[in-house]
Amino acid sequence: MTELKSAKDIPIGGIIPAPGNSRSYRTGEWRSQRPVWIPEGCVHCLICWVYCPDNAIEVEDGKMKGIDYSHCKGCGICVRECPRKEKALRLEREA
Amino acid sequence: MGSRQHVAMTGNEAVAHAMRQINPDVVAAYPITPQTDIVQFFSQFVADGMVKTEFVTVESEHSAMSATIGAAASGARAMTATSSQGLALMWEMLHIASGYRLPIVMPVVNRTLSGPINIHCDHSDTMGALTTGWIQLYSESAQEAYDNMIQAVRIAEHPDVQLPVMVCQDGFITSHGIESLEVLSDEEVAQFVGEYKPVYSVLDVDNPVTVGPLVLPDYLFEMKFQQAKAMEASRRVILEVGKEYARLTGREYGFLEGYKLEDAERVIVVLSSTAGTTRAVVDELRRKGEKVGLLKPRVIRPFPANELREALSQATAVAILDRAETFSTQGGPLFCEIRAAFYDAPTRPLMRNYIFGLGGRDVGTAQIESVFADLAADLARGSVKTPVSYLDVRE
Repeated sequence: MTELKSAKDIPIGGIIPAPGNSRSYRTGEWRSQRPVWIPEGCVHCLICWVYCPDNAIEVEDGKMKGIDYSHCKGCGICVRECPRKEKALRLEREA
Repeated sequence: MGSRQHVAMTGNEAVAHAMRQINPDVVAAYPITPQTDIVQFFSQFVADGMVKTEFVTVESEHSAMSATIGAAASGARAMTATSSQGLALMWEMLHIASGYRLPIVMPVVNRTLSGPINIHCDHSDTMGALTTGWIQLYSESAQEAYDNMIQAVRIAEHPDVQLPVMVCQDGFITSHGIESLEVLSDEEVAQFVGEYKPVYSVLDVDNPVTVGPLVLPDYLFEMKFQQAKAMEASRRVILEVGKEYARLTGREYGFLEGYKLEDAERVIVVLSSTAGTTRAVVDELRRKGEKVGLLKPRVIRPFPANELREALSQATAVAILDRAETFSTQGGPLFCEIRAAFYDAPTRPLMRNYIFGLGGRDVGTAQIESVFADLAADLARGSVKTPVSYLDVRE
């Protein structure tokens, strides 16, 4: 948890004067369910990467590498769109 | 126009004239009676090339305020104008304009809210907007509406304020009545309002900003606190701008205008055009030796509690006239706030409330005289018999 600033130390009107800082906002905390990646069933088609609205599919050298749970909101679109269905991505309830 | 002039104009013409001289970057508006003239006159100025304004015709007042907000967030000096249902349709956007701290100036021509539908004056539209975070200035005459428009730009845009301002005048009574007023030269107005330098602008590519993000419980409260502090800061700015305007025009504006208050025992508090009627009655009763006076608030947001207490300190009986109902059964909005302002006062006058003039019900000198007579009866009795009554209604 970052230290919260006082009213006199923040911009007025909800303005965000520093661009590109949404990465530091951990929206993954909102999640009620999580996609779980099963590497052995994945064909690396990257359809999940295309569909993910939160840019939470981690890709390296053209291959699926994992899920960024700091920003994944658990919407389940990746699971729904995965052509391998339950073999590569599965949706689980958060504990 | 190159010089000051005395002109005959309606309140709406005076406001449109002020807008032409302010020459805003963007005006987005939708016509509604009795505001229509303002937008109509102004669109003529646009068509005639007399302003550099981008004029946006929109399909509703919700869109008018939305487009004005978008323009203001882009760093433009942006305006719109409305009345009644139009203001009501803007409602959620009113909060967004103030919450985003956009210094929009909006003339509002007061008209009753439906239903039943009625196009005439009362203050139910802007009195309902008291909690929207806008500064509110009320104008008795076309002159005041004109003067308030020009000052509103400076108040709204002051770096310590950054809040939107409504400039109110009474529908038809002021908006369509022709009066003589003094207008400044175009150069004087341009110089007084100055060049707008926005604090933030989404078009400033060197300093990119995000406007309108989601703000959760960890910061939203602080932003509302900032708005409250800005409203507090506007008190000083309103007075400073009023003094500067007085140096230019000889017409000084503060929070209130008192008339023959110095030794007044009975005082009527009333906004806008009815203050003119009351002033005539005060003169008439003064000729008969009665110690009566008038107090006309100009600013309701921020609420001038200290100034009201000070101005009414010598009064023994006060009638507060509200041209709007709250349906609380405890009186109109002005009455409730003025009574609250006296809670900590060492001495309190007798105080009573009249709801009056709803839906454009005419208020003449006879009605105002009856209020002063009621106050005299209260003083003789030593108490207020009816705290809230309805002036000239057929019960």
